[in-house]
Amino acid sequence: MSLRIRQRTEPIRRKGLVTALLAVGFALLAGALVFISQGVAPVHAYQVMISGALGSMNGLAEVGVKMIPLTLTGLSVALAATMLLWNIGAEGQFVWGAIGAGWGALYLSPHLPTSLVLPACLLLGAAAGAMWAMIPAALKVQYGVSEILTTLLLNYVAIIFMEHLYFGPWRDPMGFGFPGTPIFPDAAWLPRLGRTRLHMGALVAVLATVCLHYLLSKTKWGYGIRVTGHSPRAARYGGINATRQTFTVMALAGALAGLAGMGEVCGIHYVIREGINPGYGYDGIIVACLAGLRPALVPAYAAVLGTFLIGADRLQSVMQLPSSIGLVLEGSLLLGLLAAEAVTRYTISFGKEDDHA
Amino acid sequence: MLDSLAFIATIAIKSSIAVLFAAVGEVFAERSGVLNLGVEGMMLFGAMVGAAAGVAWGDPWIAAGCGMLAGAALAAVHGFFSITLKADQTLSGLAITILGGGLAGFLGRSIIGVRGVRFGITPIPGLSDIPVIGDILFRQNELAYVAYLLVPAASWLLFRTSLGLKIRAVGEDAAAADAMGVNVLLLRWACVLFGGMLAGLGGCYLSLAYTPGWKDGMTMGQGWIAIAMVIFSGWRPGRAALGALLFGALAALQWNVEAGGSELVPSWVLKMLPYVLTIAVLVLVKKFAASSRGGAPAALGTPFHRM
Repeated sequence: MSLRIRQRTEPIRRKGLVTALLAVGFALLAGALVFISQGVAPVHAYQVMISGALGSMNGLAEVGVKMIPLTLTGLSVALAATMLLWNIGAEGQFVWGAIGAGWGALYLSPHLPTSLVLPACLLLGAAAGAMWAMIPAALKVQYGVSEILTTLLLNYVAIIFMEHLYFGPWRDPMGFGFPGTPIFPDAAWLPRLGRTRLHMGALVAVLATVCLHYLLSKTKWGYGIRVTGHSPRAARYGGINATRQTFTVMALAGALAGLAGMGEVCGIHYVIREGINPGYGYDGIIVACLAGLRPALVPAYAAVLGTFLIGADRLQSVMQLPSSIGLVLEGSLLLGLLAAEAVTRYTISFGKEDDHA
Repeated sequence: MLDSLAFIATIAIKSSIAVLFAAVGEVFAERSGVLNLGVEGMMLFGAMVGAAAGVAWGDPWIAAGCGMLAGAALAAVHGFFSITLKADQTLSGLAITILGGGLAGFLGRSIIGVRGVRFGITPIPGLSDIPVIGDILFRQNELAYVAYLLVPAASWLLFRTSLGLKIRAVGEDAAAADAMGVNVLLLRWACVLFGGMLAGLGGCYLSLAYTPGWKDGMTMGQGWIAIAMVIFSGWRPGRAALGALLFGALAALQWNVEAGGSELVPSWVLKMLPYVLTIAVLVLVKKFAASSRGGAPAALGTPFHRM
């Protein structure tokens, strides 16, 4: 008996949906194994997760709250990956977005009219994220250093720098010994919807999705990026300036992740402290892959992942299980996606190996 | 002066072993043509399983063995996806890193802060009496000695045996190796599993020797640094060990400066140094490497399809 894999001759119909469903199924199965190993009934655990995330208005609003950063980091990764750049550094760009917005809120706001504080924080967050993403872009263009490693290593640098800020120069002297910045002034708070935590960042995420979809599918610039992604050589012959393209794409990707960081500190926490970055940059990779790198689909899969993450939080509060089950589900989701891709690309059968086809 | 330099050197070696194990393992995986970006997750999972096994059985060697098996288990997942299903190696590796970190965090919750076993300092009789060198090299824990033996053994295997030749052939040109009768998939599987075992052992070094006990996220990116060191090394175990030592020296410097209370370099700058210098090393390699590939196996990252 052995595994036989053959190229599928006819393409499968509704491939995107089939792969996504298979991926989610795979993730739930893998999660079930982990639950069983801990003596927890998987059905019960998933019930807690689903009812916690989708069973109440508050849960739904919280999923919406998660969708904001997940959409933005998902767009960030998807945009870069469209031209074969791996932005694994959305996490660091997110952190810099928070730092930029935090600087605007804490140090620039006294010099600005109230109505300009939020726009300034928004711009500073986006600019700081973009700036951080320019480093791997420059190293890639200038020296050909793999952006996978540089973006990743820079995540650690960004986080250490942020810690330095809230432990050191930006620390609130009235903070009762807890490390963290002072609370941002009211003018830097993103307005919220009713009594929920759903904030104006949602509008930013929607706008970003629409703009990116338009840019990628309707403009010459977007066409050039897609050409580069399909065939770097064709792009070169077509006279596309790869250097400039790398810089603009990474800057825009960094700005999107930076906006996510700005949204979290100005919309949710109103301070910079430990825990503002629970890995949204890495989540963005999963969202982008599930969405098949199509910006228009990113919010939908941000909702799927947001449901998982809120569900994992509920699992922690209801059943005292660590919320890192969220990571297990995410990793399995990505693996499930790869498995589903294989299923749609090949026919897989078990049987005696009759030849070396 | 000499005393404190010897002390720093001792710590440098101590701090380099985890990266060393992971990097040597990654050299094998990549030499066979499989990029494994899951090292960080394998180290975390190995560290947690090693610590848990240490708590359960009280024997550091059994614990390290369990940690290696844990690394190999995740490597098997990566092997299944990237070798058997021919999926995208970058994505499969990233998935392993996320999954490994999640599994370690979820399953390891009950042993956080539990005192388990650890590898103690074991001076080697005779050798440890050599002035200076003996103190630096031969008053370490047993896993460090394993690392000393591993590096020359790995170099010998890769460059002096026919098995090593086959591994390198598979990584350079899988189709040609296949035509020569080499079992490409089997060798890739073996190398990926071996790499996973060493990544798991690297994680165990952290949780059983360096800072005993399990803590969420305790690898702090050392898996990624190991991958960078493989590029730095030009895919050679000996130079990868050298790169790991460089990383260890930075960590030692950080300890020394913090312990000395010196204000010369702020501690946050020192904390960033391993990551920043790793990036600098990558740039230097690209700038000065003889070929544009820097010695990378030609088939690295490409799945093997038999035509």
